[in-house]
Amino acid sequence: MHGRVKVKTTAQQEEEKRKEREKKLKIYVAARDACFAKRKEEIFDDEALQLTQQLLSSNPDFATLWNYRREILLHLETVKDENEVQKIYEAELSFLESCLKVNPKSYGSWHHRGWVSARLPRPDWARELGLCDRCLSLDDRNFHCWDYRRMVVKVSGVSVEQELGFTDRLICSNFSNYSSWHYRSTLLPLLHPECPEQASPHREPPLSPPPHSPQTHFHRVCEEQLLKEYELVQNAVFTDPNDQSAWFYYRWLLGRAEREEMISCVYVSREQERVAVTFSRPVHALSVGLLLVLDGQPQRVEWRSVHPHFKHSPVLICDLPPGTIHDTTNEHNLTVHWTEKHNHRECALYTGRTESWCRDTATDQELFRSELSVEKTSVLQSELLSINQLQELEPLNKWCLLTIILLMRALDPLGYEKETLAHFQTLKEVDPKRSAYYSDLCSKFMIENTILKMEYAEVRVFSISDQNLTTLCHLDQLLLVTHINLSSNRLQRLPPQFAMLQCLEVFEADNNSIKSLEGVYCLPKLEEISLKNNKISTLADLQPLASCPKLTHLDLRGNPITQTAGVESELAKLLPSVTDLQL
Amino acid sequence: MHLSKSDSTSITNLQVFCYTSEEEEDEAQCNDALNTTVGKEKTADEEALKESAVCAESQDEEHVAPEDPQSFLGQWEDPEEDQTHPSVASFQSEPTRKKISFAQLVKEGRRFNIDLVSKLMFSRGSLVELLIKSNVSRYAEFKNVTRILTYHHGNVEQVPCSRADVFASRQLSVVEKRKLMRFLTSCMEETEEQQAYYSRPYLEFLHDQHLGDNLQHFLLHSIAMASPDTPTGEGLASTRHFLRCLGRYGNTPFLFPVYGLGEIPQCFCRMSAVFGGVYCLRHSVQCLIVDKDTNRCKAVVDSRGQRINCSHFVMEDGYLVGDRKKMDTSLRFLSRAVLITDASVLPGESDQQVSMVTVPSTDGSPTVRMVELCSSTMTCIPGTYLVHLTCQSVGSAHDDLSPVISRMFQTTKPDNHDQRPFVFWCLYFNMADGTALEVEGHDLPSNVYVCSGPDGNLGFERTIELAELIFKKMLPEEEFCPPAPNPEDIIYDGEPPSSTGGEEEQEGPADQEEQHEPEPLN
Repeated sequence: MHGRVKVKTTAQQEEEKRKEREKKLKIYVAARDACFAKRKEEIFDDEALQLTQQLLSSNPDFATLWNYRREILLHLETVKDENEVQKIYEAELSFLESCLKVNPKSYGSWHHRGWVSARLPRPDWARELGLCDRCLSLDDRNFHCWDYRRMVVKVSGVSVEQELGFTDRLICSNFSNYSSWHYRSTLLPLLHPECPEQASPHREPPLSPPPHSPQTHFHRVCEEQLLKEYELVQNAVFTDPNDQSAWFYYRWLLGRAEREEMISCVYVSREQERVAVTFSRPVHALSVGLLLVLDGQPQRVEWRSVHPHFKHSPVLICDLPPGTIHDTTNEHNLTVHWTEKHNHRECALYTGRTESWCRDTATDQELFRSELSVEKTSVLQSELLSINQLQELEPLNKWCLLTIILLMRALDPLGYEKETLAHFQTLKEVDPKRSAYYSDLCSKFMIENTILKMEYAEVRVFSISDQNLTTLCHLDQLLLVTHINLSSNRLQRLPPQFAMLQCLEVFEADNNSIKSLEGVYCLPKLEEISLKNNKISTLADLQPLASCPKLTHLDLRGNPITQTAGVESELAKLLPSVTDLQL
Repeated sequence: MHLSKSDSTSITNLQVFCYTSEEEEDEAQCNDALNTTVGKEKTADEEALKESAVCAESQDEEHVAPEDPQSFLGQWEDPEEDQTHPSVASFQSEPTRKKISFAQLVKEGRRFNIDLVSKLMFSRGSLVELLIKSNVSRYAEFKNVTRILTYHHGNVEQVPCSRADVFASRQLSVVEKRKLMRFLTSCMEETEEQQAYYSRPYLEFLHDQHLGDNLQHFLLHSIAMASPDTPTGEGLASTRHFLRCLGRYGNTPFLFPVYGLGEIPQCFCRMSAVFGGVYCLRHSVQCLIVDKDTNRCKAVVDSRGQRINCSHFVMEDGYLVGDRKKMDTSLRFLSRAVLITDASVLPGESDQQVSMVTVPSTDGSPTVRMVELCSSTMTCIPGTYLVHLTCQSVGSAHDDLSPVISRMFQTTKPDNHDQRPFVFWCLYFNMADGTALEVEGHDLPSNVYVCSGPDGNLGFERTIELAELIFKKMLPEEEFCPPAPNPEDIIYDGEPPSSTGGEEEQEGPADQEEQHEPEPLN
């Protein structure tokens, strides 16, 4: 090409660039020093604005300069009239736009923009929203912009409808966007709240009309809108089943609101003169604010958690003053008030009875369907149908399998037990990195099913053996259980939560991998423990058992500890109450 | 050696129709009861035909300044005015669609940029790569084609081709969405299954993927842009090309230059001019002066009798006199139609859509490719759409394309109940399909090169290939369209940029390359 002969060589260009850089650096350093000097002397003039502007346009992350600039602007506010201030701030906004063009993710620029917008005498919020839209169209994950936009929406009172439309647009252009889906989940309950009459009796109807700001959410979404949302999500998951953002949103849609806070069970034992209370959520013993009234008399009692390592517990216990209910010929009425929640539960202890309780069962509370909302069965059934359809097309998609499991649990946890277990097996195979998570989740569901079966049979025996349990949960629901069998599972420890089993008398957990017995702590009625073929290896592991006053039978056959020399005498010292020890 | 004066085979069967009233209607006219509307046809006379041919081809010989686009409208303005113009009926009871009279179109003629050729740029096609590589892209702006549409079961439907489209599509069931996405993802990789189908029709391959009728239609006609008998290998290759082009600049694989395709040769001209390319406007070459001994062309003589020396000469095949031409295949033609309409064939949320529409062949009629341009492409005025239709000729352009036009548009009285766009103005013509030309083997001096006119393909692949081929023959040592240096890196030392000094010779590679660019300027 003719032009080529006249083009500078690479070396020439390099040299020129180097000189250019040097020159730039010199100017930059000089301007910086000038700025610092001026700030030291507290000069807030136009020149300082010029200098900082010059520096910040090449380096918008220079926080000190933004601070200086704010000082100058605050000073100018005091000496100029409103129109002039408006002009100054408008100029500031257009300067910031040029900074954002250079670096759209500069903390300094976005923060300053927020500051300027808030001080602008006559802000033009529509313009700011437009700016955010432009920035998000360039990068829909620019979280600085998301933050700023939230501020603009809040201050300018953009309607929830408009904001929902905004998420529609973003999701349509690219549905792999957690920010948009999440934002949607905050808007929907405000715009389409669940009608109180639709709500199930266990859910609290909205107490007040929803606030007109899309910042907080508590409530569920009405069914009509939910159906539309299911359709939207299905479009996303069928288009790309490997994109997890839509699946997470789907799970949110299927989920239900927080449960009502309440006392779900009060248990009183005449012999121990002890009261145990179960709450719908873990509470802290010192701050919960409980009032215990016995036969009309408020009692001074000390509430405590069941285990010192377990501060926030759904079960609290207290000892009544000695002698108050000891006499079996007396009848007592006991009420526990949860003062701050205006909730209470009564429990009557009749003549001749050694214990008594009053509770809502897990079945009553539809507790284990809480993962998913109890929508009309037909809706969930049709959701299950479509996700099953997707699974046929994508048999190895983990999100699909997991969602099927959740839907099945919402519909009929016991009826679908077999299918659920098979899907868990596939899940562990297709996603081996999360197999432990799936095992724990499966354990949780199996425990839930066993609790439901136990409640149906109206017994106080909880038995779940040979089910590959890896974790224990929902132990607060087992407060009244007297016999537990967890044999032949894959448990490794009995966590502090185990101490909630206040009525436990006989405990079997043979053929597990239990090393730690931390949770077998202060169980007042525990008499018999069978831990054959576990991994208990030291005396210290057995230390918690010493706190169980009634323990008489202990079976430790097949544990490493039995190989230790002199273990028998050590155990006799540690556990003097045990009369039947098997090693 | 004499050149053919003008290539009468290049543009034929020119027909212009105007379906809108000539004068702007005033209120009184609107209140008139239904005027019978007659679409008057007007076949352009011989003179107009010639004029258009010159206009279309003259740039091959010399770089015509971008001709005022009005000439295309203006050309037929006078004859039209002699006719009794049909007035357009309107219904006073309902808000009528905005009508634009012929007079208005003519008045605004400047703002229409009507390309004789209708093409789109594949966003990873050779033209885009060349524009980027050579920095010529700095002289032009482009718009994304925003939608791919297809005519299916008597309706215009949007073809979902990107992930976002598939997600948002209302026509596809969720299962179809999954199947489509799966097919599009899986076809990017070669599989043994595909190999087994390679020489069998693509349609058969698609059918055996159990995609269903809808998806099969989309994939065959709009994504592969193939016909039912296209072999699988070819179908898959074009599907992959389509997919590779997706998402580079937008949700479709195509770009369109703002102000029309005529901008592209102009951009190369501008780049060439920066490095000394000289253009002789409104000169056409009459004959070549050939040195018998060396069998080389020494100079050309232009229409004004001026002699211009040259070391290479490139021309379009239409200038070759018949006996020197080597034609292996019979001459093929394209049927073209250009419409100015009042609405999009598929009105959407935005009225600024650029759409590529495929109309599959029915009962032996050819497959028609339609490009609908909105006013923001600067090829038509706001409130109008410029629609290009192209197909391989079977009969005359009118025979080939009017059935499609009458199916998809309304040409008689505008009817508010009829959702189809109304055609204000319509042009039919046939043009030679450049794919028929042989580049080599003509009886010509050794430094005279022939390039073809525009071909009927959608992309520019063949055009670029041909340009590079000719360039390599002329200057085997030179790089084809090397990156132009940045303006600040050029040293201006006062030396004349062209080695040939003041002579109006087109020698520089950039200039030469320029000559082969076969797009019409307007």
